[in-house]
Amino acid sequence: MNATTGLQLFLFGIYPYICLSVLLLGSLVRFDREPYTWKSDSSQLLRAGALRIGSNLFHYGILVVVMGHFLGFLMPHWAIDWALNPSQHQLLAMVGGGVAGVVAIIGLSMLIYRRIADPRIRRNSRKWDFTIVFMLWLQLLLGLITVPLSAQHVDGAEFEILTTYVKGIVTFQSGVAGLLLQVPWVYRVHILLGFTIFLVSPFTRMVHIWSGVGTLAYLFRPYQLVRTRKREVRT
Amino acid sequence: MKIRAQIAMVLNLDKCIGCHTCSVTCKNVWTSRKGMEYAWFNNVETKPGVGYPKDWENQERWHGGWVRKPNGKLQPKQGGRLAVLAKIFANPHLPEIDDYYEPFTFDYENLQTAPELPTAPVARPISLVSGRTMEKIEWGPNWEEILGGEFDKRSADYNFEAVQKDIYGQFENTFMMYLPRLCEHCLNPACVASCPSGSIYKREEDGIVLIDQDKCRGWRMCVSGCPYKKIYYNWTSGKAEKCTFCYPRIEAGMPTVCSETCVGRIRYLGVLLYDADRIADAAAVENPHDLYQAQLDVFLDPNDPQVQQQALADGVPEAWLEAARQSPTYKMAVEWKIAFPLHPEYRTLPMVWYVPPLSPIQAHAHAGAIDSKDGLPDVDSLRIPVRYLANLLTAGNEAPVSSALKRLLAMRAWFRALQLGDQPDPALLQQHGLDVATVEAMHRYLAIANYEDRFVIPTSHREEAENAYALRGGCGFSFGNGCDGVETESSLFGGRMGRRKIIPIRILDDH
Repeated sequence: MNATTGLQLFLFGIYPYICLSVLLLGSLVRFDREPYTWKSDSSQLLRAGALRIGSNLFHYGILVVVMGHFLGFLMPHWAIDWALNPSQHQLLAMVGGGVAGVVAIIGLSMLIYRRIADPRIRRNSRKWDFTIVFMLWLQLLLGLITVPLSAQHVDGAEFEILTTYVKGIVTFQSGVAGLLLQVPWVYRVHILLGFTIFLVSPFTRMVHIWSGVGTLAYLFRPYQLVRTRKREVRT
Repeated sequence: MKIRAQIAMVLNLDKCIGCHTCSVTCKNVWTSRKGMEYAWFNNVETKPGVGYPKDWENQERWHGGWVRKPNGKLQPKQGGRLAVLAKIFANPHLPEIDDYYEPFTFDYENLQTAPELPTAPVARPISLVSGRTMEKIEWGPNWEEILGGEFDKRSADYNFEAVQKDIYGQFENTFMMYLPRLCEHCLNPACVASCPSGSIYKREEDGIVLIDQDKCRGWRMCVSGCPYKKIYYNWTSGKAEKCTFCYPRIEAGMPTVCSETCVGRIRYLGVLLYDADRIADAAAVENPHDLYQAQLDVFLDPNDPQVQQQALADGVPEAWLEAARQSPTYKMAVEWKIAFPLHPEYRTLPMVWYVPPLSPIQAHAHAGAIDSKDGLPDVDSLRIPVRYLANLLTAGNEAPVSSALKRLLAMRAWFRALQLGDQPDPALLQQHGLDVATVEAMHRYLAIANYEDRFVIPTSHREEAENAYALRGGCGFSFGNGCDGVETESSLFGGRMGRRKIIPIRILDDH
């Protein structure tokens, strides 16, 4: 045990739980107390332009990336092992995630350029709007840097360490923080920034992701909605 | 049968003088806020023209309203549920703010502060969106006022379909009319159907279509879904907003602000009873020409005892049934058939109806400049082509519009004769399916148009909706959460743009 382990423990063993707690509680409180502020905050009305391509590239790309992370890290071994060995699993993650990541970062770059360069959009952006897109851009870049790094170890061992760490975090296993000492710094920064994005999400427009999931209910509802003001008569 | 009631509006275009009082009073009440400067819940367009936003009637461009699929079912023209969700990241059919107009103010300060110059100082326009000086204002909320602009551009008007429009560009043949527009509070609203978060709804009690501001997530599919382009995206709040039909006034039995302030007294508000179970079939009839009649068939006769009985069973209050019997909108739309829905071909079953305008022709007809038929000026030789009105009001079906115009002309002829001391001919009325009692009623409602005849609005039963005891000392209508003012206070979770306003704590030295 040395001094770095204490910091290591905090950053990778405790900080994730702080971030996840703030994400969940913050979102709940905002949803309940400040529903009027809960929105996607689209700027398409002010200027469509590059948003038409950029937003689609970014959102579809990041959806694949996020789904990939969820499935890749959280699916139990038995659900994957019958189809893929660790090496194949890693290859799939590198190629699939890599392509989606490139698509997403191209789209996000277009969106960032638009947000900065277009006076209409820049003037109507909050500080958090800039901050969060830069955080996401950096996160995508870090994620993409890990692809060539992974390519140096195609046996799937490094991948296995990361999977064990993530599964350890979501299942409240103590002692997984130390695992990350074995992986390159890029992974560690990627993980830290990822949890930091979780941390700030409830205070930004990122909350629209929850609603994005919620829109799936649209697929199953009737077209017309009628509401009545009559209160239920209590008997 | 499931009977519901709606407060419907009729506008008598024959009397609209295009003064925009409705638009201005509406604006002052509802949309004089940041993010909504460009939005006019009520606007008055000069027709022919492309309108506001530009070319809004052209659904091949904007994809609003419904389409009838080969199997006879309806789906929003912008796509089914999956297609709508797939377009959520960048709505390909969303107008840009320039399609409405870029809102602007003027640099008035320069008039005060400019140094001595060889020329008078000017107040240059400043964009309210980007904050920059605008070199030139390219478009405004009423750019085509009284046929402003070239005919070439105005004649892109969708209602010229099947009209030989070239001749109307000539000065001698030109025509114009005003079209005040607001949310149609449709029976089959396409905006409701397009909302991925389910925030838009129709009220069962009075048919008003509203957006739940707390539930709206700003996906903006309703903006493209509405064929009338009467849902506006508030670019500051990030929420969609629309005409509320002044529901706080309607609930209190008062007319909407646009109706109340109409100096031409062209607006009418009254109850229509409709059968909610017939909506789906009526909106899906195959031939667009039949849509007008199909919608008429959805309405129910408030004097029919069976209807009254069923309405009471379905929860329509007695006062509303009484109002339905007195309803000016029922008389004009259903009994006299002189009012029509705006663009029924969008299949939304709109509930703001229009009496088509007559052209100023009586004197012309007497001078022999217009052909007369059976003692009336020939409607086919009116300045405004009947086909144009039919494209606007009945999906191109000329017969109902033509019949309504003849009834209006017959009413005029009848009262003109009375006024001049002539003996009017009842045969004139019979030809057009009218009798003396009807034409006198039409005259009372259309020409005299007393306040209490125009607005028959039963109060809502608030006691069924809310516990009045808990409302003591509460605030009225507000945006945002709780009793916030016009703008939401900034909170932990973001609010208005820019810096948070915090009163700094300072220690004051009292010595």
